[in-house]
Amino acid sequence: MFPAVDVLGVRKHYGKLCALDNVDLRIEQGEFFGLLGPNGAGKTTLINLLSGLSKPDTGRVSVMGYDVVRQYRDSRRLMGVVPQELVFDPFFNVRETLRFQSGYFGVKHNEAWIDEVMHHLDLSDKADTNMRRLSGGMKRRVLVAQALVHKPPVIVLDEPTAGVDVELRRSLWRFIRRLNLDGHTVLAGQHAELARQRLRVPGAAALVRRTSRHAGGAKGGARWRRIPAGAAVIHGAGDGAGTIARGRIGRAGNERAAARSGRGVSARGGQTYKLTSVANQK
Amino acid sequence: MLSFYTLFHKELLRVQKVAFQTVLSPVLTALLYLLIFSHLLEQHVEVYPGVRYTAFLIPGLVMMSVLQNAFANSSSSLIQSKITGNIVFVLLAPLAYWEFFLAYVLASVVRGLVVGAGVYLAALWFAWPPLQFPLWALLFAVLGSALLGSLGVVAGIWSEKFDQLAGFQNFIILPLTFLSGVFYSIHSLPAFWQVLSHFNPFFYMIDGFRYGFFGSSDISPWISLVVVSGCFLVLAAFTLALLRSGYKLRL
Repeated sequence: MFPAVDVLGVRKHYGKLCALDNVDLRIEQGEFFGLLGPNGAGKTTLINLLSGLSKPDTGRVSVMGYDVVRQYRDSRRLMGVVPQELVFDPFFNVRETLRFQSGYFGVKHNEAWIDEVMHHLDLSDKADTNMRRLSGGMKRRVLVAQALVHKPPVIVLDEPTAGVDVELRRSLWRFIRRLNLDGHTVLAGQHAELARQRLRVPGAAALVRRTSRHAGGAKGGARWRRIPAGAAVIHGAGDGAGTIARGRIGRAGNERAAARSGRGVSARGGQTYKLTSVANQK
Repeated sequence: MLSFYTLFHKELLRVQKVAFQTVLSPVLTALLYLLIFSHLLEQHVEVYPGVRYTAFLIPGLVMMSVLQNAFANSSSSLIQSKITGNIVFVLLAPLAYWEFFLAYVLASVVRGLVVGAGVYLAALWFAWPPLQFPLWALLFAVLGSALLGSLGVVAGIWSEKFDQLAGFQNFIILPLTFLSGVFYSIHSLPAFWQVLSHFNPFFYMIDGFRYGFFGSSDISPWISLVVVSGCFLVLAAFTLALLRSGYKLRL
């Protein structure tokens, strides 16, 4: 079985800025994977590489076994992406937006699923409302609906709860968790909040590793802050000295046991990868 | 092909939703040109023997509207999508770069033809130019709008703000259109400007289109057809290469 996401030796520069430096990452099908880090860490860059919005300088990225550059049509068809920005097309209403998204992904006669997705996201009564007239939270829900409209096995969310109120945040995470339980692989890029959310989501995964050049020396400051179960990536505390650690460190039980014992759980194989903060390079 | 068709359909629906701006407004602008120029020059200028100046002017204005609106369609749609960020929905989709190209260019052709037809029908109030070879006229309208639609894709991708796109429109498209023989025959120009006009691809589009109406033109319609087709093929290849590379779209 192919991994849902496979990133091998990926480097990405924007001019002189090094956004990603030799990143490896493997996410198995069905995982709930948190990609955590401060602003400028490279979370969105990594998500953009997965979704084809950017191209890696070197390395290889594949989704469900399909190379995102050479087999981009297959890889994109298997992935639903919720972008970080609240973007929308002001010409159309919610239903039209979802119909277009459905068509872009080659799905015909999708009205029943569109209705169901709108129902789950409490958008049914806004179906005929122009996107401009929606609140920020509603627009966020439409973005989630757009990512799900073609029933992708891999769902990628970039800061899915940024700028939404607490109630909506909780309901969105519940919904995302349910998608994971239904078999979707979920990759969520999140600032720091995801780690907190994780604790309310049994079986979900997040690995937090903090490396600070200011704490404990240039390389020696690595310390585990919190180690939930499963898999995730985290890196430094916004000081540009981040380290991302390869996730999948065990299931929920292991994590809880580790947390109780006060021991850290190292990433499998001890692999760590430098993730250079863009902000720090300026 | 459903992906292509969906993008094409979305583009047409966008045009329809703002039809005042995308269709009625350019028709009104062309009619104002017609009203003013025909009023001023009707008694003084006879370009083709036996053809009123107003009748001569109508095909030129129709084609000018076709070209300008074809350019405006793809370029403005792309820059709006880029600036508002919703281009991401198209970029995330499993659309091939040639489907992206076809959808935007065909939507531009449709808008160009709709506006052109609107200008033509409204202009019949002023004069009734003969439409001797409608297929020639249609051929040049389609090729010309495809060429400008493609140029609009390039401009929309290249521009990062509305100001840059306006520069493209005001410093390239508008002068080339106005100096292409919309309002005159190039035979009425001094020799130097006549020669220079032959380097303007818009001249061949307007002249070929006008041939479809009057059966006469400044140069052979076959030459115009070869030049316009050649320009379209070169520009289409360039645009496709641009899209394939992800220039300014996939960073």
